[in-house]
Amino acid sequence: MTVERTTDDRKKGSFHRSRKFSQGSMFFLFRIAAVLNGVALLIIIYFLVTRGWRAINWEFLTQAPRESMTQGGILPCIVGTLCLSLGAIIIALPIGVASAIYLSEYARPGRILRIIRLGINNLAGVPSVVFGLFGLAFFVTWLGFGVSILSGALTLGAMSLPVIIGASEEALRAVPQTYREASMGLGATKWQTIYRVVLPAALPGILTGAILGISRAAGETAPIMFTAAVFYTKQLPSSILDEIMALPYHVYVLATAGTEIEKTRHLQYGTALVLIVLVLGMNLFAIIYRSYLRRRI
Amino acid sequence: MNNSHKMVTRQLNFYYDKFRALEDVTLDFRSNQATALIGPSGCGKSTFLRCLNRMNDLIPLIRVEGEVLLDGDPIYGHGVDVVEIRRRVGMVFQKPNPFPKSIFENVAYGLRVNGVRNRDFIAERVEKSLRQAVLWGEVSDRLHDTALGLSGGQQQRLCIARALAVEPEVVLMDEPASALDPIATQKIEELIHELKKRYTIIIVTHNMQQAARVSDYTAFFYLGRLIEFNKTDTIFTKPDKKETEDYITGRFG
Repeated sequence: MTVERTTDDRKKGSFHRSRKFSQGSMFFLFRIAAVLNGVALLIIIYFLVTRGWRAINWEFLTQAPRESMTQGGILPCIVGTLCLSLGAIIIALPIGVASAIYLSEYARPGRILRIIRLGINNLAGVPSVVFGLFGLAFFVTWLGFGVSILSGALTLGAMSLPVIIGASEEALRAVPQTYREASMGLGATKWQTIYRVVLPAALPGILTGAILGISRAAGETAPIMFTAAVFYTKQLPSSILDEIMALPYHVYVLATAGTEIEKTRHLQYGTALVLIVLVLGMNLFAIIYRSYLRRRI
Repeated sequence: MNNSHKMVTRQLNFYYDKFRALEDVTLDFRSNQATALIGPSGCGKSTFLRCLNRMNDLIPLIRVEGEVLLDGDPIYGHGVDVVEIRRRVGMVFQKPNPFPKSIFENVAYGLRVNGVRNRDFIAERVEKSLRQAVLWGEVSDRLHDTALGLSGGQQQRLCIARALAVEPEVVLMDEPASALDPIATQKIEELIHELKKRYTIIIVTHNMQQAARVSDYTAFFYLGRLIEFNKTDTIFTKPDKKETEDYITGRFG
């Protein structure tokens, strides 16, 4: 029996029609979801730009605030946020990558490993204000660093650790096992293999994790409120034990605690705009660097 | 030096956790000869090969019983320098796996991890190894380009050069040509004929014709046991055991 049915005939069946429709509508919904992401970001940027662009000028970016913050600029805040981000990365990256190397290359399955993982995962869930209190109690008070860049960077570093460890571990696991085998087969030790082959190959992924962790930390207010940032500093910081002003905290200050809230509203949006540009700029830089590394390999 | 036993295994048993993959394998490999290990999938020939340079150590929950001797000295046991064993017994894998580095750095890798710092020495040794692997002519003008830009056959010859750079005594090859096209395969086989003169070669292959082409001795494995071991000509013309004959004539496998 030959069945001569053309493709069109088959598609006219009702089962095939409804199957095609549900596939089409699902793809449509997925596309909407993806587009919503971009739209949300665009809305935020639009909102900030229209309300804050008037505040952006050379003076704003390079001068300290004057006259109860109604005039002048936000230079100390920019410097403060950069110092904190740099400090957080210096602290969290080595510790995070070393932990990831231990967890993915050396650790043997067992009770201790499970406890360590539990600790890291729970660390990721701690609310940022609790981190701030932790920083206050431990770094500021108990270790005596006081409200300073050091305390803030340590607190932000601790907050970024789970993200960096997670992304680094994933990057290390993604390195093909055949590289390790080839290296050991040539008479290399485990550490040589990690240092010369695995780590360089995992670098793009590790850097992505570092960006994610640090750009999140750069925009946090609660952890730095108690540990590093203050309402006003007379000068730029000269040592890591100095207190600083910071962009996210400054937004909060201008919106609520300033003495002339109405007059400083556009400065508040301007500050938020600078913060977003800084964070997006950091992300962009690291993404470009990562693709450069990938092409070099 | 010729016809002495370079490597010997005695009553070698190997376990992946509870599963016994190799049973009482006793085999000897003569210097400057090529021995082929053949058998159907899952017969243990790759597992056996990886015991010879302790690559199986990288797998958790394994157990080794019996002896493996290199020049008469055991390679398992306390006080054995595994790193040195692996330098003396090199390995080429089934799928070419050059490092994501330049061609030069790939070949130099073994030297560098073994502590060689002299740049002239390294450069000389890299050239020598690439010549031995019959790859020098094709890459001498682009040594610092990435190795990943080479074709499959070139990458495999690069891996061979990389293994040769540390001047091993034995070269283990785990189906080195199975991922390559016939022309590349032929080049690899010619290479093995040349390499035999200086190294002891042990090659696992699924391809019986290849075994017949390149090896002097052949060992037939089945279900973890060594069924028969003899000169290649004998195995393929007058095999002793029925299983051997069945496999060679294609009745199973």
